[in-house]
Amino acid sequence: MPHGDISSTPTSEPVGKSVRRVDVYEKVTGAAIFTDDIQFGPGLYHGRLIRSTHAHAHIVRIDVSPALEVPGVKAVVTGRDVSTRIGMYLIDRPIFAGERVRYFGEPIGAVIATSEEIAEKAARLVEVEYDDLPAVFGPMEALQPDAPLLHPDLGEYRVANFIFPQPGTNVSEHFKLRKGDVESAWPKCAAIVEGTFYLPQIQHVPLEPHVSVALWEKSGQVTLWTSTQSPHAQRDLIAQSLDIPHGNLRVVSPYVGGGFGGKAGVTMEACAVVMARAVKGHPVKLRMTREEEFVGTTMRQSLVAHTKIGCDTEGNLLAMETEYYFGGGAYNDYGVNIARAAGYSCTGPYSIPNVKGDSRSVYTNLPIGGPMRGFGMPEIHWGIEQIMDQLAEKIELDPAEFRRRNCVKTDDTILTGMKMPAIDLVACIDKVAEAIGLGEKEAPSAPHKRRGKGIAIMWKAPAMPPNPGSSAVVRFNEDATLNVEIGAQELGQGSFTIAAQVAAEALGVPYEWVRVVTPVDTKYSPYEWQTVASRITWAMGNAVKAAAEDARRQILEIVADHWDEDIDDLDIKDGQVISYKSEREQPLKNMVIYGLPNENFEGWKGGPIIGRGKFMPTYVTNLDFETGQGPRAVVHYTVGAQAVDLEVDTETGQIEVLKIASAYDVGKAINPDLVLAQIEGGAVHGMSSAFEALRFDEAGRPLNRSLVDYRIVTSVDVPKEIHGDFVETPLEDGPWGARGVGEHVMVQTAPAIANAINNALGIRFTDLPLSAEKIFLALEKHD
Amino acid sequence: MAIHSITVTVNGLKEHLDVPSNMTLLQMLREKLVLTGTKNGCMAGECGACTVLMNGEPTNSCMVLAVEADGAEVITVEGLAHDDQLNPLQEAFAEHNAVQCGFCTSGMLISAHALLERNPHPTEEEVKEAMVGNLCRCTGYLRIIQAVETAAKKGGA
Repeated sequence: MPHGDISSTPTSEPVGKSVRRVDVYEKVTGAAIFTDDIQFGPGLYHGRLIRSTHAHAHIVRIDVSPALEVPGVKAVVTGRDVSTRIGMYLIDRPIFAGERVRYFGEPIGAVIATSEEIAEKAARLVEVEYDDLPAVFGPMEALQPDAPLLHPDLGEYRVANFIFPQPGTNVSEHFKLRKGDVESAWPKCAAIVEGTFYLPQIQHVPLEPHVSVALWEKSGQVTLWTSTQSPHAQRDLIAQSLDIPHGNLRVVSPYVGGGFGGKAGVTMEACAVVMARAVKGHPVKLRMTREEEFVGTTMRQSLVAHTKIGCDTEGNLLAMETEYYFGGGAYNDYGVNIARAAGYSCTGPYSIPNVKGDSRSVYTNLPIGGPMRGFGMPEIHWGIEQIMDQLAEKIELDPAEFRRRNCVKTDDTILTGMKMPAIDLVACIDKVAEAIGLGEKEAPSAPHKRRGKGIAIMWKAPAMPPNPGSSAVVRFNEDATLNVEIGAQELGQGSFTIAAQVAAEALGVPYEWVRVVTPVDTKYSPYEWQTVASRITWAMGNAVKAAAEDARRQILEIVADHWDEDIDDLDIKDGQVISYKSEREQPLKNMVIYGLPNENFEGWKGGPIIGRGKFMPTYVTNLDFETGQGPRAVVHYTVGAQAVDLEVDTETGQIEVLKIASAYDVGKAINPDLVLAQIEGGAVHGMSSAFEALRFDEAGRPLNRSLVDYRIVTSVDVPKEIHGDFVETPLEDGPWGARGVGEHVMVQTAPAIANAINNALGIRFTDLPLSAEKIFLALEKHD
Repeated sequence: MAIHSITVTVNGLKEHLDVPSNMTLLQMLREKLVLTGTKNGCMAGECGACTVLMNGEPTNSCMVLAVEADGAEVITVEGLAHDDQLNPLQEAFAEHNAVQCGFCTSGMLISAHALLERNPHPTEEEVKEAMVGNLCRCTGYLRIIQAVETAAKKGGA
């Protein structure tokens, strides 16, 4: 039954209930519209990007005339047509490279033609002459004094006031954390473990490739239909970069076929707008091929982590020193904030009295490093969580107990000086340790297999500017069904369903009465910063709740006046205003539009009800540049634990994950089954990430640019069981206490797997991916 | 490009279409018939988002030319529900929250439908094998597998 069928059994007070998704009927019938499904008619043009074939070079000459001669080609644009840069936190990225390319695949121009096929053919005819520059591919190499400088103009780029690029180097951000005194703490440690850990670049692999359609009308109105997590942020960034009045740029975004951070901020969308400017009056579609997804969108950054942690004889953590070097790729416009987030959360979910942390993002001549589910946290937890296991082993403490003892707890003063909001990580540890039978040895399924179990815990805060806003509007229809308008995006996580549940609960109407207005359209939808950072249930939820409460107050005021009663005696239940005092009832139907007549129809009260709500955190402070200290680094943290049971095939090196147990403190599960769906999907995503890597040749060309060469987990690879669970410690400023969980669910899966492998084999793997070959070779060496 | 006149039955309706030689079945469905429920995820037969039934067989429609579908019977996701009532598979996908972003869902439903048509009571392993060509990045597959098993229990495709 489609959502909104009000003949179905009404669901009262839906918060905390696993109601059916509002979008599921559309999605199982093929009716849900994604960007590529929008019909534009025969006037639609198609575009194809011309991409750099060199990793680092000056563009000496570019001749587009052969492309322009192809019948059907309408225009060709290059970096000469647009010289401005674009970006989220550090404005370092040209929309099209002009004089210099910094990675293989960088857009240097585009062809617009009557068909995709013609555009592709013509794009190949554009002649480009390059003068190669020395290239650098690893963050450590890029830090060397003689390394080629990717951005000589780094000091001139506009940058957010909490990001600290280092001009004259390849360092685009350096975050420093100083707490206590690590040097005096090391001698007090009974056990110290130090290690270097590495993670390669990986790709988000949403099933829907990036796609945009742009229309630049002769009047100056610009519309961008696009698959994005960030309709409003795109409006802002593209308007700024191309000097379009914000009111003239409309971003329309229907359902998104998976994002995972890859569709956050601006990636290729500004290219489409520049292309549309060249053929005013015609919409232009720019759709990434799957190969382009692996080359020319954003990737998760690589990381080299040098980490040293020590504890006393009882296993109390005393000191940590860590250096994180993120391989940020050619442009770090968004990636700088990943290094910052990794810096202010550099300890992972532990209370450690003495900390010295340095987190840097470093330019390299590889694809753009950008946000991906977890935003720096999967990267840093990979090393931290293995070291914690090693420390526990050294002082002969159970790994779960070691974590219970040291993990962050409510009201702890954490590494930045901020007081930890209420959470219960110990309960999460208990749940997963029990579910997996941690510490209990179990027999492998065959003599050539070895079995092992491992645990890992995590934290993550929403990483964002201090003041990201959310807003919502609630409008009634005559029959008291209502429309909720939001700017948050539905990527699959269930945000539209949460919006409907929150509105229904806060108003006192059945869930089925609420419609979510789609698609998100910046011309009509209220502002939402971006659908990122696992912030939507919390921030949008607060805005929708406020809008619904605003509408509720207006309704009650009218009825209280009408009945001459005290508003405090009235309530709305199941779509009726009721009085606890007089026991009168007034259905919302009709009155929410037409109001109520006075006695004998001597005039009327009320009128169409429109509720409005907003939410913006106002309490986050910037941190000291030298120490990373400040009263309030972040809004809050979500914490959780995972445990893994697996087998290693010693003949092939292959790993079979048998079971993952996963528990997070979500504050309040607005929709419990959707929380579990995130926990399960995230565990599999996290597991897949342990086996994924983008590979490049010595010239920086990506080697595995297809779903055959870049394997993600399929149906036959998944664990037999994922045991999902959650804890509900209310968040002070969350709707009914809710906080986000969408990203957290994959953060620590890879180190949990590594800890289980160590449990099975007694071998530590410090570098991802955990390929069968790597494990097989390590086994040969070990035995 | 030469144009070919073909006849193809899509979701029970006979369509007479003029298609260029290089048009894929996926393009024909999406662009000629505006059946956009079938998705384009890779254009290379690697992701399964474009899976349709062609003469009863689950087929990557991006790997078949429209001219090859001349005379064929094709079922897309739009052909699964009857009179706006979800079929047991669609109902099970909804019930199990086996849908998140929805981009793989059409192909998943078609592959599952084909499985249950040829094997009404598959084992868990058989379900996993049947879906191996359909990638999903959101759900982690378990709920999809459970949904197929539920639909099988309730009497099939």
